[in-house]
Amino acid sequence: MTAVLIGIGAGYLGAFMILRRMSLVGDALSHVALPGIAIALLLNINPFIGASFALVVAIIGVAVLERKTTLPSETLIGIFFTLSLALGLILTPQPDLLEALFGDITKVSNADLYLTAFSVLIMLLIIPRITKGLVLGVISKDLTRSLGIKINTINFIFLLLVSIVVALGLKVAGTLLMGSLVIIPAAAAKNLSNSLSSYSLWAMLFGAVSSLAGILLSLYIGFTPGPIIVLVSGVIFLITLFFKSENN
Amino acid sequence: MEQETILNVHDLSVTLEGNAILNNLSFFIKKGDVLAIVGPNGAGKSVLFRTLLGLFPYEGSIVWGQKLKINYIPQKFYIDKDLPLTIREFMEFKNHDLEKIVHALISVGISEDTQDGHIEHFIREHLLNKRLSLSSGGQLQRILIAWSILDNPDVLLFDEPTSGIDIGGEETIYNLIEKLRVERNMTVLLISHDLNIVYKYANNVICLNKKMICFGRPNLVLDPTALSQLYGGDVSFYKHEHAHE
Repeated sequence: MTAVLIGIGAGYLGAFMILRRMSLVGDALSHVALPGIAIALLLNINPFIGASFALVVAIIGVAVLERKTTLPSETLIGIFFTLSLALGLILTPQPDLLEALFGDITKVSNADLYLTAFSVLIMLLIIPRITKGLVLGVISKDLTRSLGIKINTINFIFLLLVSIVVALGLKVAGTLLMGSLVIIPAAAAKNLSNSLSSYSLWAMLFGAVSSLAGILLSLYIGFTPGPIIVLVSGVIFLITLFFKSENN
Repeated sequence: MEQETILNVHDLSVTLEGNAILNNLSFFIKKGDVLAIVGPNGAGKSVLFRTLLGLFPYEGSIVWGQKLKINYIPQKFYIDKDLPLTIREFMEFKNHDLEKIVHALISVGISEDTQDGHIEHFIREHLLNKRLSLSSGGQLQRILIAWSILDNPDVLLFDEPTSGIDIGGEETIYNLIEKLRVERNMTVLLISHDLNIVYKYANNVICLNKKMICFGRPNLVLDPTALSQLYGGDVSFYKHEHAHE
């Protein structure tokens, strides 16, 4: 259930990340979570808190550096985020490393479920309110600003939501693979969609289906769910690719 | 009757990242005017527009009339071929009233079909469900104009309304803007590179090359001196050759 909810949230946010050409940001962000998890484990607190904290620090850090330096954000993200992966790998206690990297849904508690349900609900409420700014911002920043929409604020809210879904999803897919759960279902949805509404719906559906099918399959063959979930979404993507070429 | 002044700009200067882009511009616009801004690349035309919209910091004063709805169509749009956004969804970012959307699209002449019933059917059943990214240059321009008039603006700012459109289409877009201006009693500011267009449609012109080289009625102020100051060298040949009433 938790995984399905995360699939929905990740798919929905991923849809906008692809539109905004931020596909790799989800991947990079999920890496940043690792040192946060490591420190939380060392201090014996909930890893979700550690991961969220690390993510928030990271997005604020990138926003500040972007203003203070002339380096493009891709470069900043590239440097900053691989460094944190390296740091995380050193800091994470050995026995927990595999779980931190690939996730383990069997360790999800009821509290995690409630937290996830609440967060995904918040996302479903906020995203429609900032959709206009997010999409118009891709088409023309000047046009969007001329309507009095504050692009930077919207971007920040959006990145914050992305960090939350990534932090939540770490238990499902782990730091190495969570980025894929954000991007692949949305990429598959884009292959099938003409409209924004069908695009978001397909993305949520594919996210949910990947998670559910991935978990069932992993129970059946007895393997960690994270990689299977990502593989299922990959298969969905390949199938939609076939439909896309038919459409064209 | 003398029309009211809706924009008064006095001693406007804009400096971006240490570079002076605009220096000491002063001009005004009256209601119903078409003001054209001409000048070479890098003269600061687009910066002037964005400054008027309040997107850049400036020195001097910009005073708009009260309660004006000002809309802007920028020069550049990035619409990815794959962008999953229908024309209807795009229009709905501005206004959810389907009747108004259809009406706006009809008034920009989105289809050649003159029979009312047909064109409404075409818009409702086909056009609105089409992906925005599949529109041709001219059609996209019309859709953007329809979008910009959806909320009944008092003032429209067009940045090079015809870039990306073939010559034939260019004239029609200006005719359309002129038609809408008259119908809706709008004031229009436009950036153009084509002096013939300026002579034909604008009743005032600003020649801009970081500073203001001329301001006034096109046939009075666009003289060879101003043009050579604007574009450099001897450009008196640019002066239009056909007669005007």
